[in-house]
Amino acid sequence: MRSYLPAYDMRVPLELDEALETMARAPGEWKPFAGGTDLMVLLEQGKLAHRKFLSVARLKGLYGFALTDDHVTLGAMITYRQVQATAILQQEFPLLCRAAYETGGIATQNRGTLGGNIANASPAADSPPALLVYDAELELVSARGARWVPYAGFHLDYKKLDMRPEEVIRNIRLPRTKKNWRQHYRKVGTRRAQAISKVCFAGAALVDGGEINDVRIALGSVAPTVLRCRKTEALLRGSLTTEMVRAACDELAREIQPIDDFRSTARYRTRVAQKLLAEFLLGLIAPPAGDRA
Amino acid sequence: MPEVRKVAVSFAVNGEPRTVEAYPMARLLDVLRQDLLLTGTKEGCGEGECGACSVLIDGELVNSCLVPVAQAEGSRITTIEGIAGETLHAVQEAFVECGGAQCGICTPGMVLAAVTLVGRQSAQPTEDDIRNGLAGNLCRCTGYMRIFEAVLQACEKSVGAGA
Amino acid sequence: MQSDSMADRFIGKSIPRKEGRAKVTGRALYVDDMVMPGMLYGATVRSPVARGRIRGIRYAQGIPWDEFTIVTAQDIPGKNCVALMLNDQPCLADQVVNHAEEPVVLLAHPDRYLLEEARRAVELDIEPLPAVFTIDESLARQQVVWGEDNIFKSFLVESGDVESAWGHAHLIVEGEYETGAQEQLYIEPQGMIATFTAEQGLTVWGSMQCPYYVHRALMTLLDLPVNQVRVIQTETGGGFGGKEEYPSMIAGHAALLARKSGKPVKIVYDRMEDMAATTKRHPSRTRHRTAVTREGKLLAMDIEFVVDGGAYATLSPVVLSRGTIHAAGPYFCPNVRIRSQAVATNFPPHGAFRGFGAPQSIFALERQMDQVAKVLGLAPEELRRRNFVKQGETLAVGQVVREKVDMAGLMERALELSDYYAKRKRFAEENPRREVKKGIGLASFLHGAGFTGSGERYLASLVGAEATPEGRVRVLAASTEMGQGTMTVFSQIAAEALGVDYDMIEIVQPDTAVVPNSGPTVASRTCMVVGKLVESAVLGIRQQLLSSGLLPERYTSEQFRQACRQFIENHGALKSSSEYSAPPGVYWDDDKYRGDAYGAYAWAVYVAEVSVDLTTYEIRVDDFVAVQEVGRVINPVLATGQIEGGVAQGIGFALYENVVWQEGQMVNSQMTNYIMPTSADLPPIRVFFEEVPYAHGPGGAKGIGELPIDGPAPAIVNAIENAGGVNVNRIPVTPEVLMEALEGVHA
Ligand SMILES: Cc1cc2nc3c(=O)[nH]c(=O)nc-3n(C[C@H](O)[C@H](O)[C@H](O)COP(=O)(O)OP(=O)(O)OC[C@H]3O[C@@H](n4cnc5c(N)ncnc54)[C@H](O)[C@@H]3O)c2cc1C
Ligand code: FES
Ligand code: FES
Repeated sequence: MRSYLPAYDMRVPLELDEALETMARAPGEWKPFAGGTDLMVLLEQGKLAHRKFLSVARLKGLYGFALTDDHVTLGAMITYRQVQATAILQQEFPLLCRAAYETGGIATQNRGTLGGNIANASPAADSPPALLVYDAELELVSARGARWVPYAGFHLDYKKLDMRPEEVIRNIRLPRTKKNWRQHYRKVGTRRAQAISKVCFAGAALVDGGEINDVRIALGSVAPTVLRCRKTEALLRGSLTTEMVRAACDELAREIQPIDDFRSTARYRTRVAQKLLAEFLLGLIAPPAGDRA
Repeated sequence: MPEVRKVAVSFAVNGEPRTVEAYPMARLLDVLRQDLLLTGTKEGCGEGECGACSVLIDGELVNSCLVPVAQAEGSRITTIEGIAGETLHAVQEAFVECGGAQCGICTPGMVLAAVTLVGRQSAQPTEDDIRNGLAGNLCRCTGYMRIFEAVLQACEKSVGAGA
Repeated sequence: MQSDSMADRFIGKSIPRKEGRAKVTGRALYVDDMVMPGMLYGATVRSPVARGRIRGIRYAQGIPWDEFTIVTAQDIPGKNCVALMLNDQPCLADQVVNHAEEPVVLLAHPDRYLLEEARRAVELDIEPLPAVFTIDESLARQQVVWGEDNIFKSFLVESGDVESAWGHAHLIVEGEYETGAQEQLYIEPQGMIATFTAEQGLTVWGSMQCPYYVHRALMTLLDLPVNQVRVIQTETGGGFGGKEEYPSMIAGHAALLARKSGKPVKIVYDRMEDMAATTKRHPSRTRHRTAVTREGKLLAMDIEFVVDGGAYATLSPVVLSRGTIHAAGPYFCPNVRIRSQAVATNFPPHGAFRGFGAPQSIFALERQMDQVAKVLGLAPEELRRRNFVKQGETLAVGQVVREKVDMAGLMERALELSDYYAKRKRFAEENPRREVKKGIGLASFLHGAGFTGSGERYLASLVGAEATPEGRVRVLAASTEMGQGTMTVFSQIAAEALGVDYDMIEIVQPDTAVVPNSGPTVASRTCMVVGKLVESAVLGIRQQLLSSGLLPERYTSEQFRQACRQFIENHGALKSSSEYSAPPGVYWDDDKYRGDAYGAYAWAVYVAEVSVDLTTYEIRVDDFVAVQEVGRVINPVLATGQIEGGVAQGIGFALYENVVWQEGQMVNSQMTNYIMPTSADLPPIRVFFEEVPYAHGPGGAKGIGELPIDGPAPAIVNAIENAGGVNVNRIPVTPEVLMEALEGVHA
C-alpha cells in the first residue's frame, strides 16, 4: 500500500439528502465512492489525489429499478452481476449484459457498479460503448435538484465530465427502442478474462430487407473518451454494399484517434476497429442467427 | 500531514461479532490480517487482479484489498478460516485430493471462489462456468487443471450429498 | 535400489501433498503472516535511472527522520556484494548505479504508512550516464557497462567440423529467433524478516528456494562467521527461479536494517516493486545455420546464442551454459558448433527462471527445425524422426546417450493423442474458407536434470536422517518446498526405502542451523539428486538398526519404531548422512567444456493446436498434449501438476507475457498490465508419461520441474505458422506482433 492512509477520509451516509447536502456545502470537497474497484486501485498505487470520500453504497436512492413501456431505469449502484441477472436487460439490452459479463472477474463484478464505470470515465471502459449504442440518459442529482442528460454528450474530454462536483449519478435510463435492432458487441482485451480492452466495439442497426434504416456505432479504447462514431454512422444508410462497408471502415479510421501505449499500438487498434466494424456490417447481411452478441 | 481519526467498525467475521478501530479507508485485507490476525487471506497484488485476498461479504465473493473497512460496517464476512467446520469443506477436501494446491498462496482465495461456484449451482457447473468463475483468481503454479478437477469433484460430492 | 513397481507401496502413488491441509485451510504460514514484537517495516529507495553517478542523497522536509533507521552502502560491515558467483553486484549501490530500480538507501520504521511517505521523500541526485539496452549495443561496445568488454561469459561447443560441411550440403537454411524477458510472477511477492543480536547473531526468515545461498551471502555482507548466521525458510508461495538468487539481496537489506536498528525488520515487496526490481528470464537472440543432406539428415548446425544478462553477472554464466548445451536439442548431428555469450546491459539483472536458458535456445532450434523441414519439403515430424538421437549416439557436447531413449516412440504417441495427422489434413482443407484459422504444431526436446557439468561434484550435497525418540524418521535437507512437492516426494522416497508407513516420515523445515547443505532447490535436481541422497540417508538408519540386531530382516512399521526407540535408549541418538557422488562413468571436462553435461535427461514431445483469429489477430491454444519420459513418476498427481503448471507458463511465454521497457525500466509492472494466463485462457493440458526407470534416481526417478516450459513456445509458434502460413520468429507473439507479421510491415 503506497498511500499515506491517515490522510484519507471516508463517510458512509445512509440518506441521499444527507449525502447531497454534504457535497453541496463545499462542492468538490467530498467525492462519491461506490464499489471502489477503480478508486482503491489508485489508493494502492499511491496515486489517489483526492482525499475525502463519501460512500454512496448505502444510499437507497441509488438502487432504483423501474420498468415502463418506454424505458428501463437502473440505479447507478447496479453491479455487473446484477446487470447480468436482470431479465429485461438480457432480453432487450444484450450488449450491456455482454459488457458486464466480460468485465473483470466475479469479485469485480460483485462490487463494480455501472455508475462508477461511467463516472470513472476511462476511455477503455467496457459498458459505455453499449450505453452509447442504446442512447442512454443519465440522471444527475444534487441538493439543488435533478437533471437528465443524454449520455452521448457526457464525456467532454479525457476524464472530463458534464457533471458538477456536487452532483452524483442517480439513474441510468435506457429507451426500449432497440429491441428489434441487430446488435453486436465485441471486446478485444489483453486476454480472455479479467482484461483491459484494447478495442471494444458496440453496434446496433435497424435493418429492413437489406436496407439500413438507422445505426449506432460506438467504440472504446480508440480515443480520449469512449466514442460514438457519428460520421461513420452517417455513411451507413440504405442498402448495404461492399463499397459502403469499405467507405465506412475508411471513415472510421479518420474518426477515431487511437494511441500507442504499453497495451497495444495505434496501428493495431485502427486495424481491429475497422475489422470489427466490417464484421458487424457483414453480419447484417447474414441471417440474424449469426449474431455474436 | 493531515490526520484522519480512526473509526470503530463492527461486523461479523466467520460468525463472530468483531469491532475494530481503523482508518476508514484501511483495506479490509489489512484489517483482517493485521488487526484480527486472520492471515489466511493473502495479498498477491493489492489491485484486485489476483484474487488471493478473496473473502465473502454477505455471501458474495469480493477482493478484500479493494474494500475500505468503513464500507464493511454491519456486514457478514467469511474468510478461509471460516470455511472448514469439524471436517474440511468438500472443496477443501477435493483440493487436497486432486492436487489443486501447489505453493498454496492462491489457494485460500481460490477455495472461496470455488465455494461460491459449488454452493450456487444446483446442477453440475460446466467447464465454462468453472473457467469463468475462477478467472479472477490467478494461479501461477498449477495451470488450473487440477483446480478444475477439484471443483468438479466437490460439485459431484455436494450434489450427491444434497440429492 | 532398482524399484520393482509391483511391490512399491508409495512410489508411483498419488499420495496427497503433505502440507495440503494447512494450505487449503489458510493455516500455512508465509513470511508476511509472521510478526515479531517491536518489529519495524523496511523499505528500499531505488534508482530512477538506468545508469549514472550518485551525486547525493537528500532527505526532504516534513518527515521525522530521527525516528527512522537509515542504511546506505557506508553501513555495510562486510563486503558490499550479493555473494553468488562473481560477486559483482552490490547489495546497495555506491557511487554509481547500473540499472533502474537498483537499491541505494534502506529505511525502517514501525509505521508502514509513514514509511511510504518517507520513501517518497528521499531524493537521489544522480547524474545520468549513457546506458545500453540491446544485445547489439552491448556487443558493439561503444559503452562498456561491465568489465572490459560487456561479456559476462562465453562458451564454445565444437564437434566435427562445421566449416568443411557446408560444401557437402544439399541445402543450407538460416534463421534468427528472439525471446523476450519473462517475469516469474510467483503469487507471493518476495519477503524477509531479520533479527540481529550481539549474542545470537543474525537470523532471517523468508520466502526462498536456496537457504544456503542466502546464508553465504549474509556471512559475506555482514562479515559474520558461519554459526552467527541462521536462515530459515518459511512457506514459499512459488519461486520458479525468481527466489533462487534474489532472496539473498532482500535478506541482506533486512539484515542491515535489523543490525542497525537492533529490532526485527520485515521487508515484503508489493507487486509493483517485485515486478520492477527483481529478476526476469534472460531475453535472447539465436542465429541458426543448418546444413542438411538430400535425405533430410542433419549435416551441420552452426548456432550463435546470446542472452542479455542485465547489469550484473548474477547467475548468467550458468544460465548461458544450460542454454548452450540444450541449443542442439535431442538430435544427432555430426558437425556442430555453438558459440554463446551472455552480455551486459543496463536492465535489472536477468536471472533464474524455470528452464534456465534452455527454453530460449530450444525455442530457436525447434522453430529452425520447422523451417528446415519446410525448405526440404518434408513434414516437420518426418525431419525430426530422421534425426533423433539414439541410444549410443553422441549429443553435441560429446555426451554419449547411455540410457534407453525412444524419441520417435514418444513422438508417435504425442501425434496420436493429439490426432495430429487428421487435424493437419482437415485444417489445410478448411482454413481457406475460415476467418479463424486453425493450426497444429509440435516441438521435441530434452532437458538435463541436476546441475550442469561438474556442478553436482563441486556442490557435494549432504542429506541427513535421524530417528526421533518416538521412533519416527526425520529427513534433514535444505531442499525447499515451494509448491513442487518436495516434502511429499521425499516422504514417499524415504517410506518406500524403509518399508514403513508414510506418516512415520517427517521432513524438517529448512533451517541452516538444523539441516545440512543439500544444495539449492533448482535445476530439476531435487527429486533425482537430493531424493537419491534422502534414500541412502534413511537406508543408513536402517542399516544401523539391522547391524545392532534390534531390527529383524523383515519387519513391520511398529517393529521399526520399537527398534528406533531402543537404539536411542541404548546409544543416545540414531543418525545417518549421505553425500553426493557422481554416478559411475559420468564425467565432465570443464576446460574443454565437453563430456557428460547431465547425469540424466528427460525427453519430451509436445503438440499444440491453435486458432488464429484474423479479425483480431488473437491466438488461442485449443488443445495441448504433453508426452514425456522422466524416469519413474514418484507421485502422478504432483508430477502432472508440475507439467501442467509449466505448460501454462510456457503458453504465457509464447503468447502473452511481454515486459515493456522504457529507458531500462519495466513500465507494465502490475498484474493488470503484465498478462499471465487466467483460467479462461488455457486449453485442456493433457499430460502423459512414459516411464523408463533411471538406474541412479531414487526409485528410478529423474527430474521434471523445468522440462515443461521448454516445449510450449516452439510448439505453439509452429502451430501458428501452420495455421496462417506466417513465419514469426520472436515471442511473445502478441496480436500486435502477429498483425505486423501478417501484413509484412514493421512497426
Ligand atoms: C481487477 C479489475 C478488473 C476490471 N476490469 C474492468 C473491465 O473489464 N472493464 C471495465 O470497464 N472496467 C473494469 N474495471 C474497472 C472498474 O471495475 C469499473 O470501472 C467499475 O465499474 C467501477 O465502479 P465502482 O463502483 O467500483 O467505482 P468506484 O471506484 O467507486 O468509483 C469510480 C469513479 O466513479 C465515481 N463515482 C462512482 N459512483 C458514482 C456516482 N453514483 N455518481 C458520480 N460519481 C460516481 C467515483 O467518484 C470515482 O471517480 C476493473 C477493475 C478491477 C479492479
Ligand atoms: S491482493 Fe487483492 S486481488 Fe490481489
Ligand atoms: S498454487 Fe501457487 S499460485 Fe496457485
